[in-house]
Amino acid sequence: MLAKTDCSLPTPKLSAILDKYKKSPGSLLEILREAQAINGYLSREILQLIAEEVGVPESKVYGVATFYSLFKTAPTGRYIIRICESAPCHIRGAQDVLAAIEKTLAIKPGETTPDGKFTLEFTSCLGLCGVAPAMMINDQVFGNLTGDRVREIINSF
Amino acid sequence: MEMVKVTVDGQTVEVPNGSTILAAAKKAGIKIPTLCYHEDFNVKAMCRICVVEVVGARTLQAACSQPVSDGMVIITNSPAVRQARKINLELLLSNHPQDCLNCVRNQRCELQALADQLGVQQQRFHTKTRPESPKDESTAALVRDPDKCILCRRCVEVCHEVQSVGAIAPGNRGINTQILPAGGVDLNDVACVQCGQCSLVCPVAAIYEQDHTERVWAALADPEKHVVVQTAPAIRVSIGEEFGMEPGQVTTGQLVAALRRLGFDRVFDTDFTADLTIIEEGHEFIDRLTNGGVLPMITSCSPGWIKFIEHFYPEYLDHLSTCKSPQQMFGALAKTYYAEKAGIDPKNIYVVSIMPCTAKKFECGRPEMSASGYPDVDAVLTTRELGKMLRQAGIVFSELPEEEYDDPFGITTGAGVIFGASGGVMEAALRTVYEVVTKETLPSVDFNAVRGIEGIKEAEVDLKGTKVKVAVANGLGNARKLMDLIKEGKADYQFIEIMCCPGGCIGGGGQPIPTTNEIRKKRIEAIYKADAGLPLRKSHENPAVKTLYEEYLGKPLGEKSHQLLHTHYTKRGKYPEKSVG
Repeated sequence: MLAKTDCSLPTPKLSAILDKYKKSPGSLLEILREAQAINGYLSREILQLIAEEVGVPESKVYGVATFYSLFKTAPTGRYIIRICESAPCHIRGAQDVLAAIEKTLAIKPGETTPDGKFTLEFTSCLGLCGVAPAMMINDQVFGNLTGDRVREIINSF
Repeated sequence: MEMVKVTVDGQTVEVPNGSTILAAAKKAGIKIPTLCYHEDFNVKAMCRICVVEVVGARTLQAACSQPVSDGMVIITNSPAVRQARKINLELLLSNHPQDCLNCVRNQRCELQALADQLGVQQQRFHTKTRPESPKDESTAALVRDPDKCILCRRCVEVCHEVQSVGAIAPGNRGINTQILPAGGVDLNDVACVQCGQCSLVCPVAAIYEQDHTERVWAALADPEKHVVVQTAPAIRVSIGEEFGMEPGQVTTGQLVAALRRLGFDRVFDTDFTADLTIIEEGHEFIDRLTNGGVLPMITSCSPGWIKFIEHFYPEYLDHLSTCKSPQQMFGALAKTYYAEKAGIDPKNIYVVSIMPCTAKKFECGRPEMSASGYPDVDAVLTTRELGKMLRQAGIVFSELPEEEYDDPFGITTGAGVIFGASGGVMEAALRTVYEVVTKETLPSVDFNAVRGIEGIKEAEVDLKGTKVKVAVANGLGNARKLMDLIKEGKADYQFIEIMCCPGGCIGGGGQPIPTTNEIRKKRIEAIYKADAGLPLRKSHENPAVKTLYEEYLGKPLGEKSHQLLHTHYTKRGKYPEKSVG
């Protein structure tokens, strides 16, 4: 039984996901991952519905959703910029790249532009140390970044 | 059980196979320092304060979690161990406010005590990296202070595993990790029952009760106010612990004397309205039993339990007795019957409760709890807060003479006293219901089957032909089991007593720290000792209750009773605030 029947909720899609995993608490990560794909983030309502179905308190589901950086509990921009904060990128000037992005978009890490286009985040190592400093925008990777280059890249979106 | 021999600091001890190093060391007379460890809970091994050397092991081992094996050689006090413990503690302290003098747990803090024990004398690490968070003072009963939290997760365990509430859990990651409600919202916006079991196990001041001491001091100093105090049954067997007495002492007389010295105008006993609860609730039960009312009927004394059923089983509220809790009955009568009798304007009567409970602070603020037009109860002090006030006043508790409660609300029976322990309300009710229904005297007033700390207890009582099956649960995890039985239609009980906290009120969230299951058992013994020592053991024999009905209430479940002593409940649901995405 779903706790709420708010018609704005993606209930049919979510029900299909929950049915697939047969209410198993062990499948929480998979359920969260697929549920996030419905509209890009995990709202309180969605977390509550998952909690009800899986039989885990919402506080624990929220704990899992906020532990993993790829889960979102608030709406994000259409493009998520993930800038590497690991040591090799740091040594190769990631701070300057970050400063350029912050200046171009007027947001700080963890924030979203008012038009809902970009979200800026840190990420741990992307495995692109050979072309450090590096970042990703959604699924695309970018390396050998400089302040100028990152401005061009952002403006091309 | 297979026994193994281990060597702890050169001494050989024999312990059951599978024991922890901590237990083996205890047997060798060594108390290894711990912080996240709690004797009643699963081991979490979060804090690494209890590390020891195990000969042959590559790294230091956590004594709380590492099981011993035959022939193991353990060193608990080497330079490496001392250094590791101290550094682990100093790192915890580097993110902890250096604010001990202003802290509610000053001198009663496990972290502070460890800093002393491990010889921390300077702050070597000035690297406070954790972002600061505001206090959460949203609930009536509790304050959360995330900055003080050391992430030991005891509160999480008690909230999820013992109480099955799950209001708070670890959220976020790394340096941003906090113990918080879902969505990072205020505690008041999730289904927290405010039982305060978290505050009872918190080693620091990351979660504690809302302070009512200042308003009580103000009332006591106000010449306009006639300040009356009521003491819950469980206080008399626990307040001594606030002054270093051994758990399990009955200190009723000293408690009365202490309150009188604090300046209360009348010192009354909640046991009186516990007796009254039995009369009302007993008749309500007989009425439901004989007239086809909703059964099983469930007791309603425990405000944490009430909030639990309102959140988690809102469709079953008609199973609850409509009786107010003894605390609220007391307040309602203090500002009506007593006010009239004493010729005092109820607006000048200030009712203070001493409760083993944090949820009582929530209960007294429920809008329906103002039968006289004024709040039934104005302030609720936990046992800990009373301890604090008595220390402030310089009252030497152990030196006090034993004094008697004031009339008329100080005349009580053993049935009222046992409300403080799990099973006590049921036993008190059975003592009365049996005699009212059968019109015969009970051969023995002791219903031993419903006593003790066990989570769920059952008994069957023969009311001369009518068999009544009863159940008693303490701790909300056990309450949930009974509720699920009712939900599935499998509960063949007629009457259920539920107490929110493990062991009943003697184990309440407002009781002295520490409260462990061992200490709970000692307090329970003391409660039954207090009961056995009283001349009257049955609520319906309480002469002051009889007078109250003659002079004022008329009859049980009468019009006046309904107006003053009964209440209604609120469907809250599991997700009380409609959350935003």
